[in-house]
Formats: sequence, C-alpha cells, structure tokens
Amino acid sequence: MKNNNIKLMQGNEAVVEGAIAAGMRFYGGYPITPSTEIAEGSAQKLPRVGGKFIQMEDEIGGMAATIGAALTGVKAMTATSGPGFSLKQENIGYAAMAEIPCVIVNVQRHGPSTGLPTSPSQGDVMQAKWGTHGDHPVIALAPSSVKEAFDITVRAFNLAEKYRTPVILLMDEIVGHMREGIRIPDASELEIVDRKKPAGNGEDYLAYKVAEGESVPPMAGFGDGYRYHVTGLVHDESGFPVNSNAVADKLCTRLMTKIEDNIDDIVTYEELYMEDAEIVVVSYGGTARSAKSAVKKAREKGLKVGMFRPITIWPFPEKQVKEFAQKAKGIIVAELNYGQLVLEVERVVKGSSDIFHIGKVDGDIITPDEILSKIEEVI
Amino acid sequence: MDKLPHIWCPGCGHGILMRSIAQAIENLGLDKDKVCIVSGIGCSSRAPGYMDFNTLHTTHGRALAFATGVKLARPELEVIVITGDGDATAIGGNHLIHACRRNINITTIVFNNNIYGMTGGQYSPTTPTGELGTTAPYGNIDRPFNIPELAAAAGATYVARGTAYHANQLIKLVEKGIQNKGFSLIEGVSVCPTYYGRKNKKGSAVDIMKWQKDHAVDVKVAEKLSPEQLEGKFLIGEFKNATAPEYTEEYQKIIDRFTKER
Repeated sequence: MKNNNIKLMQGNEAVVEGAIAAGMRFYGGYPITPSTEIAEGSAQKLPRVGGKFIQMEDEIGGMAATIGAALTGVKAMTATSGPGFSLKQENIGYAAMAEIPCVIVNVQRHGPSTGLPTSPSQGDVMQAKWGTHGDHPVIALAPSSVKEAFDITVRAFNLAEKYRTPVILLMDEIVGHMREGIRIPDASELEIVDRKKPAGNGEDYLAYKVAEGESVPPMAGFGDGYRYHVTGLVHDESGFPVNSNAVADKLCTRLMTKIEDNIDDIVTYEELYMEDAEIVVVSYGGTARSAKSAVKKAREKGLKVGMFRPITIWPFPEKQVKEFAQKAKGIIVAELNYGQLVLEVERVVKGSSDIFHIGKVDGDIITPDEILSKIEEVI
Repeated sequence: MDKLPHIWCPGCGHGILMRSIAQAIENLGLDKDKVCIVSGIGCSSRAPGYMDFNTLHTTHGRALAFATGVKLARPELEVIVITGDGDATAIGGNHLIHACRRNINITTIVFNNNIYGMTGGQYSPTTPTGELGTTAPYGNIDRPFNIPELAAAAGATYVARGTAYHANQLIKLVEKGIQNKGFSLIEGVSVCPTYYGRKNKKGSAVDIMKWQKDHAVDVKVAEKLSPEQLEGKFLIGEFKNATAPEYTEEYQKIIDRFTKER
C-alpha cells in the first residue's frame, strides 16, 4: 500500500520524528531557543513509545543524563543551541573517551554569548570540532531541509551506534524552524543500526577489548550481566584507569582511527552542476538553499557555476574538495559566520584555487542575490 | 581485589566508608549485576574503580546527573552514588538539590573529608570557618554547608550522617538509605590526615578518629542534652526518614497511561 503519511512540519519536529524512528528511547535536556521544539516533541512522544524524557536542571546535566541512559543500552539524545552547546562540551569529550553512543543536536543561533537568540547562525562549526579539550574525532552532520532533518537524525543515531561515539547534528535556526511537507517513511524503509553487543559470558568480558581486524569494541549495557568500569581517564581493555604512556597512545590513537579509517562510510555530500564548473559555491545547512538558488540563476545566465554541499561537516570531505579544486578557477564559501568552514577549505585546497568568502554575522540569512553577485564578481 | 593497592593515602578514611557500602550491599543480598555505582571526580570518586559492580566514574560534580540518566532509563538498577564534599556541594551543588527535589530512587554517600584532597588541600564548601587550606592561607572565611540539612531542605526523603569511626552504624545507615524508595543522602565523615589534618594540626589519622569518637553525638541522644552539653559536638545518626512519590515510578505511570490503553 502506498504510504501517504505526508505531514507539514518544522525541522525541529522532524528531528523528533527521525529520532524516535531511529530508536531513541531517552531524552535528557534543558530548554533553549531555537531548539526548544525538540525537547517539547520528545516530552510528548517518548512515553507513548515506552521511552523516557527528563528536563534536567541545566545543559550539563542534560548531557550527563543522556550518557548515563545510553550506558544502560538505550538510544539517547539531547538537543540545545549555542550557549547550551558550550556547556555540554566537557561531557561530549567524556562520551568520546568512554565511547558512549549518543546524539547531540545543536540548532545553531547567533552569537557570541546570548547573541540574537532567535536569529540563525552557522557559528558553531569549529566549536563542534574543537569544543572540548584534547584530541578526539568528531562526526557532525548538517541537514538543509526538513526531510533531511528526519533522514539525517536517523543517520546520526546509526553512526553513533556503529562507531560508539557521540554524533553532533549541526542544525541551524533556518532548518530548525522552517516548515515543509515531508513524507514520513515506514519503519520498513529505514536502515537502523544497533550497537554491537558482546557475546559470551560476563566473566570474560573486557569492555574495551577490540577484536582482531576491528576498531570498535562491543558494548554491554549496565544491568545486562557484564559488570565493568567506565571512566573518562585513560583506561585499559578492562576499563580500569592506568597511568601508562603506551596505553594512552594506543587508546587515543584507536579513537581517531576508528573514524579516520571509515571516512568513506561517514562522509556524504551533494553536488549540483559540478561537471564543468569553473566556479564552485560551497555551502551547507540552511545557507545551501540560497546557494542552490543562486547557482541555478547563474546557470540561466550561462555561467559555469556548480555547488558542493557537505552534509557531513566533520570529518570534512577532503578528498572531494581537493578533486574539484584542481579544476575550478575559484571557490566561494558561503556561511553564516565570520569565516569557519572556509578555513577548512583553504587548508585542503592549499592554494590550487582562488577562495572567496561570503560571511554574515548580523543575524540575517545570506540571500541568493548576494551569492549571485559574488559569482558575477569573481567569474 | 586485583586492583589493590588503592590510590588513597595511608590513614585515609575513604577505605572504611567504601567498605561500609560494600557491606551494606552484601547484607541486603543485592544482585551484583543490578548494582550500579556512580562517582564524580576526586579522592572519594575513585572508589567505584575498586568495586565489582557496574561502575561509572564520570566528570567533576556530575555524578548525580549521570546517575539520574542511568536510573530513569533502567529503574531496576540499584543506583548508588559516591561523591566528595567538593564534588557534591560545590560544582555539583545544583545537581544535588535537584536530585533531592525529584526524590529519584538513588542512594548518595558523600565522603566528607572537609578538603580538596586530590588537588592538594584547597578549602571546600565544608571546611570549617577559620581553618586552613592551601587556598585559605590566612584562614577560611567561608561558612560551611551542613550537608544533611541541605539535603533534607531540598526534599531528600532519607537523610543521615555517620563517620569512619562509627563504621558499624554507617553500614546500617547505608542499608536503610538503599531500602528507602526515594532519594537518600548519607554523609560519611571521613579522615584526611594528609591535607586537612596536617594543615590544621589535627594529629595522626588515629587522633582524628578519636576526635570523631569524642565529638559525635547520636541525634537521639542529643534530644536529651542541653545546648551547653552539645557545645562543640556534631550530630550523627538518622535525621529524616519520610515518604514521597518516587520519580521513576511517577514517570512509569505516564508510560502506562498510553501503553496499557491499547
């Protein structure tokens, strides 16, 4: 039977739908504009599927409760915006170190500090990557539409479970609050990944022992009969803290390589008119919608312009950007900040193409015309 | 036992407090697979690493927030939090009062050594006024928290205080805390001869234990004593044992409303 489950909804509401479809059964958070609808939707829907919602006393507690819940075996999520994302950082680092799968939604808003709370921004790109202390890999995904907010939330859970790592859904206020009609897919249409559980009995279980040829250890839930220790300290295969250079090196290197070695599985992107593009517009999230419109208008004028939209922001799609930078005369990076992802483009391109930046920090969106005039200026 | 020797200093009271928790769990016959011990950061918070349960050593001050996630997601687990005076009442003070307010079924044992031990002897929210710490070189001017009073006022349903000296009593208090269906807080007065004791000329670990013996008065005995007789003394025993709706049960009722209707 044809699925006619078409609904008009906000990006934030689609995140809740996607999360529950992916198996989310716990939400711990603290309300903050413009992410609030995610908390509200989770509060309403979770108990109806046997899940739990809790409004904690602050953003730090929201992240902590999310990790605690994930450790018992459930799929857990928290959502926030700019200032709340800053508060969550220490515990995001904990989840990376202790390898606890969870999803953190950051509906970006204007900043720094409280900024313009209801205005869009893409100013947390670097915070998503470098927000906590120490080196660890980051997976961050940026949807551009309400439909994608659904699909990419499902994917965020899948990646979190597969790689036992926190995954950041890097939304922006444009996508969070825009309304579009989307078709909610049947459960049977979705690919759902669950974390790998240990085989054998609890006596032999080493929580952080990686099987030969693999990089992610299987994870038992607290209460499943596998007693073990979890800590943010450097730990051996049993989970017990050890003060050893060799163990630290092995652990921290594995945390990096489990992501680095699977870049092709994690990185996704969208391309438009890239075959013969002399100028490439790079943009993501809500801004990519203006870019798409500008590129189409440029093509109507006969200009050879293409668009590259990273959906996976971190890890950055280095290979793809390097490749088109060899052919393009110029790259325009459009983003709602003073220049963040453009730094990554510059790092990867290493001078093989001219790079231009359109940034905006006044709380308004970047319009298609602003991008089009930049295209006409540089072509 | 293969994790011994532990990291605590000779004379530290934390081993006695940890043992009282293990003994209480044993006495109650709890299933080890269903016990989860959560801690934050600090001397006290290294205890779970030595205990054979599901153990979680979290970030500084956040033990109760992590524990809340564990307990709400899986209420059948017996969740016990081990935390220090700084962990519980300074950086984690907000989580503490809200866990008390929710009356979530978690038992918290605060290992109070009146000092920041792991960072080398700075004053904590329970360092008595006038005493010394490395960050209070001229005497502490802060007023200390009374942890049981704080917890009781915030809504905890079981509140008690024991000491490292009164080890047998402490085991009983922890047992009763675990049996309470709601948020329980037991303060365990510890011994820190290395930083608090040495800095404030309290003598050896044995001297500090003797001080606990001589100055602790059970709350029931204290009822019959005059203010003069209680001068310079501190109270131990059971301060509050009340009932109130428990958080995870209240949430389950909401789930049941939707899932049983069908």
